[in-house]
Amino acid sequence: MRIAVLVKQVPATEDVKIDNKKGTLIREKSEVETNPTDLTAISQAVRIKKTIGKGEVVAISMGPSSAIKTLREALSLGCDKAFLISDRIFAGSDTLATAKVLSRALQQLGPFKIILAGNKSSDGETGQVGPSVAMQLGLCFTTYVTSIEKVTDDFIVIRRLTETEYERIKLKLPALLTVTKQVCEPDLPSLRNKIRALELKIPILRATDLGIADSEVGLKGSPTKVMKIFRPKIFRKGKIIKVGNVRKAVKEILLFLEKQGVSSQW
Amino acid sequence: MVKQEHTDSIWILCEIKEGRIIEASYETISRAVLLSRKKKAKLCALALGYNIERRDLQGLIEMGIDEVYYSDDVRFAHSLPDDYVQITISVLKKHKPDIFIAAATTFGRTVMPAIAAGLNTGLTADCTDLDIDCKKGLMIQVRPAIGGNIMAVIETPLHRPQMATVRTNLVSLPNRTPNRRGKIKRINFFSSKNSEPCSEWLDSTKIGSKMPLDKAEIVVAGGRGLRKAENFSLIRKLADELGAAVAASRAAVDMGWVDYHHQVGLSGKTVTPRVYIAIGISGAVQHLAGISSAKSIVAINKDPSANIFKIADLGIVGDLFEIVPKLLQEIRKAKGRKR
Ligand SMILES: Cc1cc2nc3c(=O)[nH]c(=O)nc-3n(C[C@H](O)[C@H](O)[C@H](O)COP(=O)(O)OP(=O)(O)OC[C@H]3O[C@@H](n4cnc5c(N)ncnc54)[C@H](O)[C@@H]3O)c2cc1C
Repeated sequence: MRIAVLVKQVPATEDVKIDNKKGTLIREKSEVETNPTDLTAISQAVRIKKTIGKGEVVAISMGPSSAIKTLREALSLGCDKAFLISDRIFAGSDTLATAKVLSRALQQLGPFKIILAGNKSSDGETGQVGPSVAMQLGLCFTTYVTSIEKVTDDFIVIRRLTETEYERIKLKLPALLTVTKQVCEPDLPSLRNKIRALELKIPILRATDLGIADSEVGLKGSPTKVMKIFRPKIFRKGKIIKVGNVRKAVKEILLFLEKQGVSSQW
Repeated sequence: MVKQEHTDSIWILCEIKEGRIIEASYETISRAVLLSRKKKAKLCALALGYNIERRDLQGLIEMGIDEVYYSDDVRFAHSLPDDYVQITISVLKKHKPDIFIAAATTFGRTVMPAIAAGLNTGLTADCTDLDIDCKKGLMIQVRPAIGGNIMAVIETPLHRPQMATVRTNLVSLPNRTPNRRGKIKRINFFSSKNSEPCSEWLDSTKIGSKMPLDKAEIVVAGGRGLRKAENFSLIRKLADELGAAVAASRAAVDMGWVDYHHQVGLSGKTVTPRVYIAIGISGAVQHLAGISSAKSIVAINKDPSANIFKIADLGIVGDLFEIVPKLLQEIRKAKGRKR
């Protein structure tokens, strides 16, 4: 069984600083990491392969050349192969254009029985790329997967979490699943895989390799345009009480709750 | 120049659960009504479900929808994307709306990207605000960007429909005009050739939430400051005593101390309680995004420079492990006195 995992490299820091005057990003030390949910997806893919007993897991990342690091991590976690999809013309792609590139790569590197992806990236958090890829490839799909109960050569049974319930869904393969962090505890890389990860060659596929024209991707190929950015304002006039002792702190809280009418219900 | 042909209508996706239209979809109507006034466009709703309560469809008209298109079919009994996406695409291809929006629920966030891909158009996820750029006649889509530190104004100039999913629990439900007139039409679609769906619903287990977070009057939230899973029980106990709902920061959810559906903030829920008690939460902008419409905020944090104090009505600088147990004790005492 061939399984593909879509992985993304994201900024490691959540505290992106903004230049207030210019409204642009201040990139101090651009620390990067693998999107945490994608690490879960990788480990899950490797486990599926082990359960089935044969096959290969292919990690695919679209991004700048620094994303090689993320792919090495994928290999160290047990992926068999890794491919970087990278081209200057991809920069500025929105979710539709990104999904277009990934779909084309999956077609070229496939066929795959299962495609796994994190349900969202920690930086953009749109969660749109997975379903968009599924549609573009005409694949069966589901999202918000919290556990995988059964896999055979023909179907997969999963649990997913909605606002109100856990659902169990059976999907015919091939299928694309986006997983949440709940799906499994990410593995730690083994020494053997770490060494292998350093030795394996990671091929880079460019737009021309995938037959992608520059009108299809990047800013040109993205239907959505960012017109401007601004800082959100949160208005509130707070008052801080530094309380030296705990008794007084607790008293203040109780007083506040009483004023808000909370304790009247006791 | 608009690349794709379209009509002047605004469509919303009505999500149906167990035959009833969900509240988040009504909120989407509030948004759409505003857009349609500015654009002077016709308002249409698409409702695909099973055993749909007919008065809910009538209700849509009273809320301002001009035309309701619905289909009542067993294949929509469970929120599987296969047929739902295909049929929605074919309806939208036929009616060519200018704008198509849905609530950013798990369902909306699952089917909308697939629908957008099928129509080869743009989709903006999780908008906090929608408006019309009157000069250009385009829908303005506002969403947090760059990790939620800033807001981005997004437009879809050339592709149609302009699509967005919209955050829930931010605006009030639409007013009703009794006896408002409109059209309710059943959609007839050709039964697709490949009629066997690729996915199958097996069963569901309701998640037992004692107190739904988005409706709670009082919310007790815990963050990374709790240090480990066992300590999160302090939050649960306090919530129990106060009759409050339990919430958490993303950090606490990421550690696995509490389920995702308790997460408040940019990528979690928006809450609007009377009192929000943030314990061991630093107050990152992404967290604040979920609580800025709380009526009042109490913060307990040992770091006097924590961001949460900028928006707290009552900020307590101190150690939560000393304060919360004592608070629990005092509340129990107070209750005991009254009984
Ligand atoms: C795209 C994106 C979306 C995000 N969405 C969300 C979201 O929806 N919700 C969300 O919450 N976050 C979200 N985040 C993450 C956010 O940036 C913060 O990382 C997160 O909110 C931090 O959680 P925290 O406040 O619990 O942890 P920390 O920031 O680590 O804060 C812990 C706090 O506890 C205090 N503390 C420690 N010990 C004690 C003690 N003994 N007594 C009292 N206080 C103590 C510390 O002083 C500190 O202020 C998002 C980030 C990104 C990039």
